[in-house]
Amino acid sequence: MTEYALIVIGASWGGLHAISTLLDGIDEKIDLPIVIAQHRGADLSPGALERLLQHHVARPVVQASDKEQLQRTRVYLAPPDYHLLVSDGAFALSTDERVQYARPSIDVLFESAADAYRERTIGIVLTGSNADGAAGLRRIKEHGGVAIVQDPRTAEAASMPTAALAAAAADAILPVAEMPAFLRGLVA
Amino acid sequence: MEVVGEHGRRDDIESVEVDLLLEGIFRRYGFDFREYAPASLKRRLWRRVNAEHLETISALQERILRDPACMERLLLDLSISVTAMFRDPTFYVAFRERAVPMLRSYPFARVWVAGCSTGEEVYSLAILLAEEGLLDRTRIYATDINEAVIERARAGVFPLEKMQEYTQNYIRAGGTRAFSEYYLAKYDGAVFSRSLVDNVVFARHNLAMDRTFNEFNVICCRNVMIYFERSLQDHVHDLLYESLANFGILALGHKESIKFTRHEDAYEEIAPPERLYRKVA
Repeated sequence: MTEYALIVIGASWGGLHAISTLLDGIDEKIDLPIVIAQHRGADLSPGALERLLQHHVARPVVQASDKEQLQRTRVYLAPPDYHLLVSDGAFALSTDERVQYARPSIDVLFESAADAYRERTIGIVLTGSNADGAAGLRRIKEHGGVAIVQDPRTAEAASMPTAALAAAAADAILPVAEMPAFLRGLVA
Repeated sequence: MEVVGEHGRRDDIESVEVDLLLEGIFRRYGFDFREYAPASLKRRLWRRVNAEHLETISALQERILRDPACMERLLLDLSISVTAMFRDPTFYVAFRERAVPMLRSYPFARVWVAGCSTGEEVYSLAILLAEEGLLDRTRIYATDINEAVIERARAGVFPLEKMQEYTQNYIRAGGTRAFSEYYLAKYDGAVFSRSLVDNVVFARHNLAMDRTFNEFNVICCRNVMIYFERSLQDHVHDLLYESLANFGILALGHKESIKFTRHEDAYEEIAPPERLYRKVA
């Protein structure tokens, strides 16, 4: 029985709605840090995305800070214009060049999580109109972690989940609303 | 507070390879990257492995140790940090409002841009100070670990294709003129006015290894320490604290904080949420 360490989530176009739906189903039984890379523009209204998502979940939703330690009772978002990585129980930020035009990049987050937590990583690719997250999800699978992909037929933009499915053998292909139950099964 | 996992599997092959490479670089070339944050460092090392058409970090180690030119290429990978002119425009707005009045009260001021990389922030600050009428009585010290990077900063030529983005940043940062007044388009480069850097001293300085070299009224060290491990961050914070005059201002990146460093109590935050701190003790 694997003791999972964290859940990483990647989303792009349509992500606000998908992440909101996912967080609606997150309860205290899903006792893991949740780390989200959502493609986003510059923070013209700082913290707006975090405030919107906070309506959907009891635990605090915050932007990750550099070297902050991961806590089980939080939802973290990659700050705009930074890559977010995890390593040794803490976050690390970088301003390295965009990866596939994205910063934050889902691949960068997922690959760092796979390297740091191996089979204890759960990765989720949601809606988006590009291919970010596919390479990262493959890395999670290579290290024995769990890959969950939004059913492309239910995604606002299907190309990102479709690319993820082509790159990695998913353990579950689900509409977002059914993901929390699947996660509860994993961590129970 | 419950902390998840301190165990980064430091025994896997890749981690061992990374440690050996960094040890080798330190002993052979004297550059110390051993306390750089591992996740970003690994990505940069792999980029160099691929660019050299190699397969493993061990193979890179072999080439690095025997070929100083390869070491120079890696040094570029490790020291260039991607930034933009007037990145985080709100920071420059806060700088104008809070740091400029203090600088105005001095007959002469020293500003240190620590880890200046290719110089985007140096030119941004110089433009801001020029518009505030302070540039000719301010000396900016722009330092970086890498001589080649400093040369690029000194040249002040940035990609022309970036100018649209930089112009928007400049306007949002409270710029008071036309941004295009500051550069000439030449081929595909924007060549910035030499008058901006008349008072800039470009020099090599290694935050991990070198000591303080002056006393400053402002130190900008934005998004530099995110590449360091906590232990090296502590060391650099000591260095910056020593280098800052009383009531001097320290500027960090948006997602960096003085919190949890040993100097937390020596600074007051002067323009939250911007990471602008004044040394008060």
